Amino acid sequence: MTVWMEEGKRYCAVLRVVLVLCTWDGVSLRTSFRLCLVMMPCCSAVRTTGFLIMQLNAFPKSLTRPLALPQIGRRPLRRLGRRLTPLLALALVLLGWQVVVLLEVYPAFIIPSPAAVLEKAVTVVGDGRLWLHASTTLAAVLAGLGVGVLAALVLGYAIAKSSLLDAVLSPLVVALQSTPVVAYAPLLIIWFGSGLTSKIVTGALIVFFPMLINTVVGIRGVPSELRDLMRAMQATRWQTFIKLEVPAAMPVLFSGLKISATLAVIGAVVGEFVSANAGLGFLINLARSQYDTPLVIVAVLTLTVMARLLYGLASLVERRALAWQSRARRD
Amino acid sequence: MSARITVSDLAAVYQMPGGDTLPALGPVSFHIEAGSFVCILGPSGCGKSTLIRLLAGIQRPSRGQAFLNDQSITQPARRVGLMFQDANLMPWRTVLDNLVLPLEVAGVPKSERLAAARALLPALGLADFEAAYPGELSGGMAQRVALGRVLIQKPDALLLDEPFGALDAMTRERISLDLLDMWERQRQTVLMVTHDIHEAVLLADRVLVFSRRPGRIAADIRVSLPRPRRLEDTYGALFGQIAGQVRAAISQA
Repeated sequence: MTVWMEEGKRYCAVLRVVLVLCTWDGVSLRTSFRLCLVMMPCCSAVRTTGFLIMQLNAFPKSLTRPLALPQIGRRPLRRLGRRLTPLLALALVLLGWQVVVLLEVYPAFIIPSPAAVLEKAVTVVGDGRLWLHASTTLAAVLAGLGVGVLAALVLGYAIAKSSLLDAVLSPLVVALQSTPVVAYAPLLIIWFGSGLTSKIVTGALIVFFPMLINTVVGIRGVPSELRDLMRAMQATRWQTFIKLEVPAAMPVLFSGLKISATLAVIGAVVGEFVSANAGLGFLINLARSQYDTPLVIVAVLTLTVMARLLYGLASLVERRALAWQSRARRD
Repeated sequence: MSARITVSDLAAVYQMPGGDTLPALGPVSFHIEAGSFVCILGPSGCGKSTLIRLLAGIQRPSRGQAFLNDQSITQPARRVGLMFQDANLMPWRTVLDNLVLPLEVAGVPKSERLAAARALLPALGLADFEAAYPGELSGGMAQRVALGRVLIQKPDALLLDEPFGALDAMTRERISLDLLDMWERQRQTVLMVTHDIHEAVLLADRVLVFSRRPGRIAADIRVSLPRPRRLEDTYGALFGQIAGQVRAAISQA
């Protein structure tokens, strides 16, 4: 217990230094001191609560190993603790945010209160603006993801199978990847207009590279013993592809897809930042120019949720498709 | 149905990165009668595995030819079953799906191939495991699946490259006796590479002892033990005598 308290104190000390440094400019020392006085008990309260939950989780083991961290267990209480911990972290962030607002360190148009953001969210959901922009972005994200992944699968397979294609295409692909997508996004707007197409292209381009690498790695990683096996069975090229290469590469392809799902969101928003008349990226730009900070935050959070949901969806499909992996690991 | 194997002046040479050549096998010539069980013994790196790959048609010889019945082996054939030290199962397929793979590739209708696999399961000792994934199996079980995957094609000849080499002694003995049992019923021609004298004498009609690289036949020993054979036979005087003969041939090779 004392170890945890010690750590809690150290944590608060660090936080104090950070706060003092952050508020050095324009805020009196007295204000920052006041802030620290509020924050310190908050932090230690949160830490203590977390510690208590962990103790509760680890209770049976704590008899023999008092300082052991809780293990991932099947007991409902432990699982509850695991679920609560991220919520606790979220609550901490909200609490800190609210404290900063209450102390009026910054004016409301720079750091609006959580309540103001919530109110704005309700408004834009109510008048349909959020849905309009979110659906525009989502369409670009999904189309970009689809085009990028499909192109990467086809080209990645070709590169994995042919050393000639590898030699010809790999330098081009690496050069393309080395250039920041933000840099050539304006070019794409010139070529494809400020409509949906340019966003799909930016999304597809940003998704393309990681997916391509994963495809090449996945196909090249197919065990040669299994290739021999297929050959000995006189399997056709198509049979080797569909019965061996695709399933064998699947785990690597799925990790590529998960990365791509979040990258596609970045791609679409980059496109919208450069030029657009709808979409969350456009909304952020618009709200910023009007100093509507709550709306900026609402739009950003929507993007977070969108990317997280896409990632979750990809993970879900992965878990379904690769059920054999978890079955095998259990034993 | 079983096939005879004829090897005539067969040799394999590997190209090394520096432009050097490494003779791995032969030249060797021998003949295996249809339906007989032949084991190959020899020091490691003597080209035993190369011989298996050549006979399976997944590697081309540098010289000479091999024949299955009277047909020259130039590419893999379905009537030849091939099995390695590793089970090489597809981890995403269940035991049953791994077993039916050769039939699936050959285009056998689904109901037929499932029936064939289910008929094999008891003899393989896998009756309760058809829905298990390879990751859930022990090494011995996995190897049984691999054996089943070879047998399901009803091959005329089996080429086994140290199929039980990675298993512990107990498992190995049990699975080789099961193999013997199934072979007694089917009588395919079997060519099996092993480095276990005991196993070779217990299973084979003939033991070919290979010399150091490049592998050549150093001894051709007939195993005159009566069939069907049992584990108890290994304690007999004749068994000991033949095993001693094989051991002597290996140390001279």
